[in-house]
Amino acid sequence: MNDTIVEARNLFKHYKDLNALDNVNLNLSTNRIYGLLGRNGAGKTTLMSILTAQAFASSGEALVFGASAYENDSVLSRICFIRESQKYPDDFQPQHAFRSAALFYKDWDQQFADRLAEDFQLPLKRRIKKLSRGQLSAVGVIIGLASRAELTFFDEPYLGLDAVARQLFYDRLVEDYADHPRTIILSSHLIDEVANLLEHVVVIDRGRIIMDADAEDIRGSAVTVSGSADTVDAFLMGRKVLHRETLGSLASVTVDEALNSRERAEALELGLELSPVSLQQLVVRKTMAGAGTAASGAENFTDDVMEARR
Amino acid sequence: MIDDSKPIFMQIAELIENGIVDGTMPEESQVPSTNEFAAFHRINPATAAKGVNVLVDSGILYKRRGIGMFVATGARAQVIARRTEEFFEQYVKPLTLEARKLGISAEQLNTMIERSSGLAQETGTDKERSAAL
Repeated sequence: MNDTIVEARNLFKHYKDLNALDNVNLNLSTNRIYGLLGRNGAGKTTLMSILTAQAFASSGEALVFGASAYENDSVLSRICFIRESQKYPDDFQPQHAFRSAALFYKDWDQQFADRLAEDFQLPLKRRIKKLSRGQLSAVGVIIGLASRAELTFFDEPYLGLDAVARQLFYDRLVEDYADHPRTIILSSHLIDEVANLLEHVVVIDRGRIIMDADAEDIRGSAVTVSGSADTVDAFLMGRKVLHRETLGSLASVTVDEALNSRERAEALELGLELSPVSLQQLVVRKTMAGAGTAASGAENFTDDVMEARR
Repeated sequence: MIDDSKPIFMQIAELIENGIVDGTMPEESQVPSTNEFAAFHRINPATAAKGVNVLVDSGILYKRRGIGMFVATGARAQVIARRTEEFFEQYVKPLTLEARKLGISAEQLNTMIERSSGLAQETGTDKERSAAL
């Protein structure tokens, strides 16, 4: 495809005793909103750092706009990377950070930045060191949106932002993206909050990409079937089970397959209940299924299942 | 309003159809732009566009170049015809299944349906709507 703007080929990143990236292959296309999802330490930030030339891969190739980004101004000026913990010079105020961004990004929209600063109630003339965690995140969010860079990475941009401010971020993102399409990569743990904004989802788990699909294809690609354990198990015989939970003689089983309308009707006739699996549940299940560390997330599982039953 | 049960573009198409059926989006009126749908439902604009295009493909909406998207003449009848066909599978079947589970007889069920239609007629202002039900 010729609308590819990011191409990663066989990327590896080794630390002393850890493979942070383990043979990553990835294509990102123009004018899409991507979700880069995965657990802490899965390799999200490492991948974004390599793509934006802020870290070196141990081996493999990363092309952005068809070239390597390292020391390449013509590529770097089209990329904006909002890090979770961006450092600014000690005496910087938000207005200085915005002025620097304006010099760097040719499509910088100062009016938009001013409006966002007002929306987020960001004090422009306070030293950044003195800002709260949420205000610091707002500085990053504003730079990421107002730069209108062709390729924008947001690495968990919401730390310290309350629910209202996060909603504001999502709203402004959708509005501005509609008027100014570009490629946005949103790395997030709050999957339920961003799920509907995403056009494509990439899930990374222990350095490997385990899911790379359109969000609409994922929706409905898994289903949870609940009812009496015998009936559920008989009905789901031979299917790929992602998760199984029992309560007395009841079972609630999530399978990594969609049911067609005939199968759905059959399930209902058997008295089984079908419930959709949200993107967040699916990512949790898939990353757990691979890790085999069921114990650490057992509580979340139970919560999810209880929620699914309601 | 948007949930995980099926693809979002299908839900958007259904929401527009709902508007056409209940008269909030009359025939030959302009429907919101895909960007407006995206902002309102907080969804990806490409997804909203896909939902609108489903309805364009089936002739329920049509494009006027440079102006926007409009509800086609005859769209309401078309949507109602299709939904009437689906009504048995989507509503009647699950209803009778649940009734059987609870041991509700066909006679009891009929009485309930009659009572419910009576209520709908009393409260409904749109006669046509009750007729469609």
